[in-house]
Amino acid sequence: MSEFVYLYRGGETGGSPERMQQRMQKWMTWMKELGEKGHIKDRGQPLERAGKLVKGKQKAVTDGPFAEVKDVVGGYTLIEARDLDQAVELSKGCPIFESDGAVEVRPVMRMNM
Amino acid sequence: MTDASEHLFRREAGRIVATLTRIFGVHNLALAEDVMQDAFCRALEMWKFRGMPENPSAWLMAAAKNRALDALRRERTARTFAPELGRLIDSEWTLAPGVAELFASEAIKDDQLRMMFSCCHPRLPEEAQVALILNILCGFSIDEVASAFVSSHAAIEKRIVRAKKTLAQSKDLFDVTAAAEFSARLPAVHRALYLLFNEGYHGASPETAVRAELCREAMRLAEVLLECRSAVTPATYALAAMMCLHAARLPARVDESGNLNPFLLQDRSQWNRQLIEEGLRLLEHSATGSELTAYHVEAAIASIHARAPRAEETDWGAIVSLYDTLMSISPSPIVALNRAIAVAQKNGPERGLEEIQSIAGSDRLTAYPFYPAALGELEFRRGNQAIAREHFRAALALARNPAERRFLNQRVSACDQR
Repeated sequence: MSEFVYLYRGGETGGSPERMQQRMQKWMTWMKELGEKGHIKDRGQPLERAGKLVKGKQKAVTDGPFAEVKDVVGGYTLIEARDLDQAVELSKGCPIFESDGAVEVRPVMRMNM
Repeated sequence: MTDASEHLFRREAGRIVATLTRIFGVHNLALAEDVMQDAFCRALEMWKFRGMPENPSAWLMAAAKNRALDALRRERTARTFAPELGRLIDSEWTLAPGVAELFASEAIKDDQLRMMFSCCHPRLPEEAQVALILNILCGFSIDEVASAFVSSHAAIEKRIVRAKKTLAQSKDLFDVTAAAEFSARLPAVHRALYLLFNEGYHGASPETAVRAELCREAMRLAEVLLECRSAVTPATYALAAMMCLHAARLPARVDESGNLNPFLLQDRSQWNRQLIEEGLRLLEHSATGSELTAYHVEAAIASIHARAPRAEETDWGAIVSLYDTLMSISPSPIVALNRAIAVAQKNGPERGLEEIQSIAGSDRLTAYPFYPAALGELEFRRGNQAIAREHFRAALALARNPAERRFLNQRVSACDQR
């Protein structure tokens, strides 16, 4: 098994209370299923959409946004999968696609390359 | 009601906006809604990863409190807030503990009540009051209200925006401790909940799920009334009784394929016994004092149906006389039509048809499919298939949703078969 990180980018945040609840329930169901199949190493954390950016030799500090709103990373999860193909396949169940978001699937580098 | 957390967000949205509006002042209703939205977004993000907390309602309220503090800090110079907030807002020392106090469970107890009474502002037309209650207190979005009322997004948005403007201009939320004003506005609140319930029960929305939700929301708000001592009047009991007794029949109204079951042919074993018991208990409580409202009479009619184990055992005589009473307190062509149908059950279709023909203001029923459908039914029963068929066809042209259309189509073909 190899490790992968899912980076959740963009996706709708608002909506009516009912729609938000439906969206949340879909996420919880998806996470639960992934967990039950043994693919979740760490459920991860949500990230605030704004923070600070420290950059350059001068270590200049600026406010976000760091990217277009639709590309901002809203959270991550640590996944276990056979290979990149499987990790990609598993990501396709993510409810973020229903609200115009994206999942970036990145293999964690291994020592014994 | 499969899960206790079903519609949790929607329900909590109403409670939270009601509380935030008290703290911010009614003129800042829009800010209260933004802060609620923000709190919910955070809940959604957190719970996605961490799962639901043990007490999600408390979590949401706490998130709202923190977002409210942020908003107060950010906006304290730009806006004026509710007078209750007073000088708390001037200093960071007093702000956080002061706001915490305003969020204490004792303080938020009456917020929904206060908002309900505020939404029933006398300057608002009834349909605007109901739309406002759904939007603010029940957490329905504009689209959800529009689909419940089978109306366009634009029309409902206009109605709600206008109503909110009136509400925001009213300066203060309704004072639920002012006894005289309270009892003066209570009937308007009853009426709004009654309309909300009826929209769910009789409304034209084709989606049964939406309609059951409207009934449930009306019942939930009636419960809020029953929890407040000054709102517990015979009329409140009667209204709640009527809702329970009608709602008890909802499971039998539509079969598995979404077809309408006519009332007299419903499988009464599907009626919800628990709601019937509750309705009968509430009806008993309503029978105090001298006040007799339309809610009393409607609940009493429903209780006679609820008590009859089979349609054939219905006491139609009692029902007709209750309709007579209802006609004397709140006459309407619909009540008269229902009365005529009861007369037909008691004395035969000819008498029923005579009653229908003599309905005053029956021109107000021309868009109501069950007016020609009732004529068709009674003609059918006395053997006039051809005339019945015409009536059913007229009803079909007025049908408001696929279920009504299917039902009336069946009645048309029944006429052809005989």
